[in-house]
Amino acid sequence: MLLETPFHPRTAALCRSSRWRNWSGCAAALSYEPGHEYEYYAVRNGSALFDVSPLRKYEVTGPDAAALVDRVVTRNVFRCAEGRVLYTPWCDEAGKLIDDGTVQRLGADTFRITAADPCLRWFQDCALGMDATVRDVTLDLAALALQGPTSRDILARLVTGADTRSLPYFALVQGSIGPAPVTITRTGYTGDLGYEIWVPTNHGLDVWDALIETGRGYGLAPAGLDALDVARIEAGLLLKEVDYVSSWAALIESRKSSPYEAGLGWTVQPRPGRDFVGRRALEREAAKPSDWALAGLEADWPGIEKRFAAVGLPPLVAGRASRDAVPIYERGGRAAGRQIGYVTSATFSPILKKYIALATIRREFASPGSRIEIELTVEFVRHKVPARVVETPFFDPARKRT
Amino acid sequence: MARKYDAIVIGGGHNGLVHAAYLARAGLDVCVLEARPLVGGATVTEEIFPGFKYSVFSYVVSLMRPEIIRELDLPRHGLAILPLDSTLTPLPDGGRLYRDADHHRTWREIARFSIRDAEAYDEYGRSLFYMARAVKHLLGIAPPDPARLRPGDIRGLLGLARHFLDLEPDQLHLLVKLMTMSAADFVDEWFETDVLKATLSASGIIGTFLGPRSPGTAYVLLHHYMGEIDGHFRAWGFARGGTGAVANAIASAAREAGAEIRTDAPVARVLVSNGRATGVALANGDELHASVVSSSLDPHRTFLDLVDADELPGDLVSAVRGYRFRGSSAKVNLALDAAPDFTCMPGHGPHLRGAVSISPSIDYLERAYDDARYGDYSREPYIDIVIPSAIDPGMAPPGKHVMSCFVQYAPYQLREGTWDEKREAFGDTVVDTLARYIPNLKDIILHRQIVTPLDIERTTGLTQGNIFQGELTPSQLFFLRPATGYAGYRTPVRGYYQCGSGTHPGGGIMGAPGKLAASRVLADLGRQRGRRRGR
Repeated sequence: MLLETPFHPRTAALCRSSRWRNWSGCAAALSYEPGHEYEYYAVRNGSALFDVSPLRKYEVTGPDAAALVDRVVTRNVFRCAEGRVLYTPWCDEAGKLIDDGTVQRLGADTFRITAADPCLRWFQDCALGMDATVRDVTLDLAALALQGPTSRDILARLVTGADTRSLPYFALVQGSIGPAPVTITRTGYTGDLGYEIWVPTNHGLDVWDALIETGRGYGLAPAGLDALDVARIEAGLLLKEVDYVSSWAALIESRKSSPYEAGLGWTVQPRPGRDFVGRRALEREAAKPSDWALAGLEADWPGIEKRFAAVGLPPLVAGRASRDAVPIYERGGRAAGRQIGYVTSATFSPILKKYIALATIRREFASPGSRIEIELTVEFVRHKVPARVVETPFFDPARKRT
Repeated sequence: MARKYDAIVIGGGHNGLVHAAYLARAGLDVCVLEARPLVGGATVTEEIFPGFKYSVFSYVVSLMRPEIIRELDLPRHGLAILPLDSTLTPLPDGGRLYRDADHHRTWREIARFSIRDAEAYDEYGRSLFYMARAVKHLLGIAPPDPARLRPGDIRGLLGLARHFLDLEPDQLHLLVKLMTMSAADFVDEWFETDVLKATLSASGIIGTFLGPRSPGTAYVLLHHYMGEIDGHFRAWGFARGGTGAVANAIASAAREAGAEIRTDAPVARVLVSNGRATGVALANGDELHASVVSSSLDPHRTFLDLVDADELPGDLVSAVRGYRFRGSSAKVNLALDAAPDFTCMPGHGPHLRGAVSISPSIDYLERAYDDARYGDYSREPYIDIVIPSAIDPGMAPPGKHVMSCFVQYAPYQLREGTWDEKREAFGDTVVDTLARYIPNLKDIILHRQIVTPLDIERTTGLTQGNIFQGELTPSQLFFLRPATGYAGYRTPVRGYYQCGSGTHPGGGIMGAPGKLAASRVLADLGRQRGRRRGR
């Protein structure tokens, strides 16, 4: 039995595809139209409106709120000013990833954390001996992501009591949309110009309706998870349980990943005197790096086309993003054909016209320019096609930050 | 005229049948002797009331070893295990805790009581997965005895040491806790919600004369989590046709392999000559001869009833006399004119296809035990319910239902009176308890069968009505089951073996004792043949 999000009366009426996915126990549209192309292009060309209410939300308050959040996450929270937002993972004692999300500093002693999965017990247990309170506000807050080049103009027309037009990347502001009090964060999961809007559940539909109404002149489209998946791969953003497995969900050690192994080494910010969960293990790993790393891959598109052409077909991989793991092999040399990793997410990028992938790969092959081969199945026959390691994000428009 | 077999198996319960099937597959001429008119022992389906089929004793399946199902090809012999994946715990105030295979829904159900518990539930499940994985190895080996150190024991112990040293330290620590703690204390390490703790720890009291706060019950809880269906630990299922279908499938496999199965053939004693088993004498005076005799009966019957005490060493006799049976469970089987209507989840719904547990709080369970401690049945008992007809329509006429109620505590030894005198009053207590959660129950009962521990003992022969052939507490497990020095399926009488749930790894419809004992018998026979060839 799936829960309905606060926006369900609107999303259900719009969902002509009847394609839904179970996202954290909620019904979430995969696409509103039978195909997701239009919704994808809304992200890159107009604005896309995503219902992201199933995200878990926690509020941390109290004199030790900052100290608690700083103890939990890998990034240095004391460097996060009021009105700013951090993206950060958090780890267990062994330095393995538990989850990732954003930390919003709403006030000196007030934070809001988003997570993919339930973490209340962990945050509360980490608060032992601290004067800080953690509350699960998942059901109190509805959430929308407004993503795309026109999102700034739409919000500027709607939001009162705050200047969203000059809101910097990873900053937040409180204001209103009609009668609804909202928190606007300049964040998102698409790698484009975009915002996320956090609103008390009972005001959710007011905000949805206002956005749809005003968005009409700005190419706004409600969009589902299929379009989001393509956009987030282009942005090089990880998806929990796809690109990495939470240490809580992993039944065996080898499935777990550290931030370093997941390409999130930059979020590990130790400084003298700072003690966060997993620090010692991560310091050991920093001194003696793991064999594994995350890499962005770009497959040789002509090579793929050729494999399909050989059986008389167009390249059929240009559909949806794929979450099926695919082996990566060493290319050339004496160990050619040895498996050296696996693709975790892959998609044809409509904006780049390239076949791109996120992969977990042996560190010695993870540097940009490294040439490897990935598995490709064409008409039930497995082939290897050349690919090379590239920098992520694959797609990184200037408007994202400016 | 005395017929000569290679092997005689005493008792046609599921372990006796598994044992016979493996011996027959190895080419032995095998005969199974069952006292009752039907095979199965405590694994039977009987139509006590016309049109309604009761799984009279044992009622759900999980522990049946997958390798036995595969090797004996039981699906081909008719075994189908249907999923049973929800548990409803109704509360006296009309509330409920409902858990099923829908992970997020279960999360939300628990979160109504405590978000922390909802989050801890996954971690608890993972921990028990690790524990089940750790002990799974033990289910497939004969227990080596650390005190004896024969070559086989040393090999076994080294294997075990390697196995346990491979565990993560946290997991090894947890395993030690499981072996020593009470079920209530164990679940207390994760949860704060009383009804959740009570329902989880209820698995720890089944078949034992202990309360949820008694040390040792955490292991029993694990024992109920070790089962696997299609590779998934903890999965419980219901055999299509009732549990008797499990026994019938095994019997069919045994017969196909050449075993002969005789029903209405109670065994009076095992024939022993010069310290060696030579056959059995039936109650009707007939004698059957074989050089291998395996008893699937419990240790009391196997050692104290079937052979003369002077054939056995004194330490074994006294160990078996001290072995704890202490039957504490009863069954009430009901034929219903309509579906039971629960106050907390009215009407029809998927909850009827799962288990229902009357275990509203730890105190409730502990109080139920308090009554039993002093020789009374529980005034408000723990009851584990399944409604087989909601899972398998063949169990009752259309629109009607059968309801299987496992009840605890019903102590074998009553302080006052006899079970024959108290049977109906006990049945009333159970129905009254249920009616608090199922208001329409009394109006829809067409027939009830009350199975007291005394009835279990009389019908199946299980001493004191203990469903596991002896309590599954740590002091009666592994190389201690049934007695130190006699845990390897052999007995001091050469050619006489034990293959029932009173041996490692214990009770439940598992089949492992029967299979492991068959390996012992076949290895011994191979050794003898080898020796003969060597001469």
